[in-house]
Amino acid sequence: MKLKGWKEVTPGAVILEAGNAIEFKTGSWRAFKPVWKKEHCIQCLLCWLYCPDMAIKVKDGRRAEFDYDFCKGCGICALECPGKKGIKAIIMVEEEK
Amino acid sequence: MPKIVAATGNEGVANALRQVTPDVCAAYPITPQTELMQRFSSFVSNGQVQTELVLVESEHSAMSACVGASAAGGRVATATSSQGLALMWEILYIASGLRLPIVMPVVNRSLSAPLNIHCDHSDAMGARDSGWIQIWSENAQEAYDNTIQAFRIAEHLDIRLPVMICYDGFIIGHSISRIEYLEDGEVQNFVGEFRQVNPLLDIEHPLSYGPLILPDYYMEYRKAQDEVASKVSKIVLDVADEFKKLSGRKYGLFETYRLDDADIGIVILNSAAGTTKDVIDEFRDRGIKAGLLKPRLYRPFPYVEMGEALKYLKAICVLDRSDAFGGSFGQMFLDISTSLYPYDKKPLLINKIYGLGGRDYLPEHAEHVLNELIEITRSGKVKAYKEYIGVRE
Ligand code: SF4
Ligand code: SF4
Repeated sequence: MKLKGWKEVTPGAVILEAGNAIEFKTGSWRAFKPVWKKEHCIQCLLCWLYCPDMAIKVKDGRRAEFDYDFCKGCGICALECPGKKGIKAIIMVEEEK
Repeated sequence: MPKIVAATGNEGVANALRQVTPDVCAAYPITPQTELMQRFSSFVSNGQVQTELVLVESEHSAMSACVGASAAGGRVATATSSQGLALMWEILYIASGLRLPIVMPVVNRSLSAPLNIHCDHSDAMGARDSGWIQIWSENAQEAYDNTIQAFRIAEHLDIRLPVMICYDGFIIGHSISRIEYLEDGEVQNFVGEFRQVNPLLDIEHPLSYGPLILPDYYMEYRKAQDEVASKVSKIVLDVADEFKKLSGRKYGLFETYRLDDADIGIVILNSAAGTTKDVIDEFRDRGIKAGLLKPRLYRPFPYVEMGEALKYLKAICVLDRSDAFGGSFGQMFLDISTSLYPYDKKPLLINKIYGLGGRDYLPEHAEHVLNELIEITRSGKVKAYKEYIGVRE
């Protein structure tokens, strides 16, 4: 993508279009990666609610896989996940080097 | 019909704000705030102005609330002084970087420590590089007039930058003098309707203010900000022309007083210029060609125009009511030196620091400076480039 010159940027760095966070992939920031253990999931969707990015996909009202393009590895989903009978459905593992 | 009143500078500027009727004013209501905001808040309480007054818990929050209100789409004003401006520092850069046309009278007072509440220019000089336009005022009339003009300058679509209107604390702020008020309707016609170009509250067109701009773009935004400053002088002059038609009072980028054929000159800001003009008259009566230049638009500094106005003189003293510590010179001396730098033949320049923390500036100080300038033109020699005057040994 050709970068804009100073004459082309919007005054005050205002972003004029909404919804363009999709262009900014935050997945590369991750040091720890959440892994979904489907068998312990109770489909409460708390992870979807708490995720500060757009990394938890929901399909037909049910939790689907992580979108690792956007998951920055903050671990909030793993912390909040109630899991089944006390066994979490999300665990954090170190990214492979 | 203009109305002539006897009022303090702060009263006059509060009245200008009432006449303009900003949508939002956020202010920190006690010290280091001045009587200006107290007067304005009375107007609000008495229903004499329809402005949403947000009383916040600090000057940092005051400027932050102004940033929010201005981005949201409102015409916004606040006021401050001294430590208050110092506490706003972080947000000043955000207001100018986001190109928000906030208008803020600054009642010039010294900075602590030592703690002092009286006039000097350290507060506004500390903010001179924050990207705000600065307009300085000699007396209450100028402070009133400049406040009204500031809205038109700030909101001009070619620039959209915040503006500070500076005038001397106590000397102008608290003293009663003659002010000619325009009529409310005239002021409202002059400033017109405000329209924020990208209002956050336009829910049909959602947008974002304040994004993270990394090394790939930060410099482009800064270059754009530097470039917009070059458009300010013309707008200030255009607004002044229009204001003259309304009020009969003439404003420029700076005022010159008996400067055209002068050999020696004084460059001085705000109220002390008045005292100096009287002394210049006395010297002129004795046949000495002395003159004065009083900057009005201080940021962006009109370097070229200043240089052209001053280059013919033989010797100039720049009097600063603030000092840049660390072995440097007063801030205005640095700017005037820069404006004269390009010329091969240029005046000898000296710098005097005066009036800090409310120390009186008296006619004899101006006499002392002018006599020294006469001596410099005679001998061609400068004894000291920088000196404090009115200070005890
Ligand atoms: S680790 Fe953080 S960013 Fe990634 S899915 Fe969980 S909550 Fe979202
Ligand atoms: S929070 Fe845990 S249990 Fe709830 S939907 Fe997400 S993964 Fe499943």
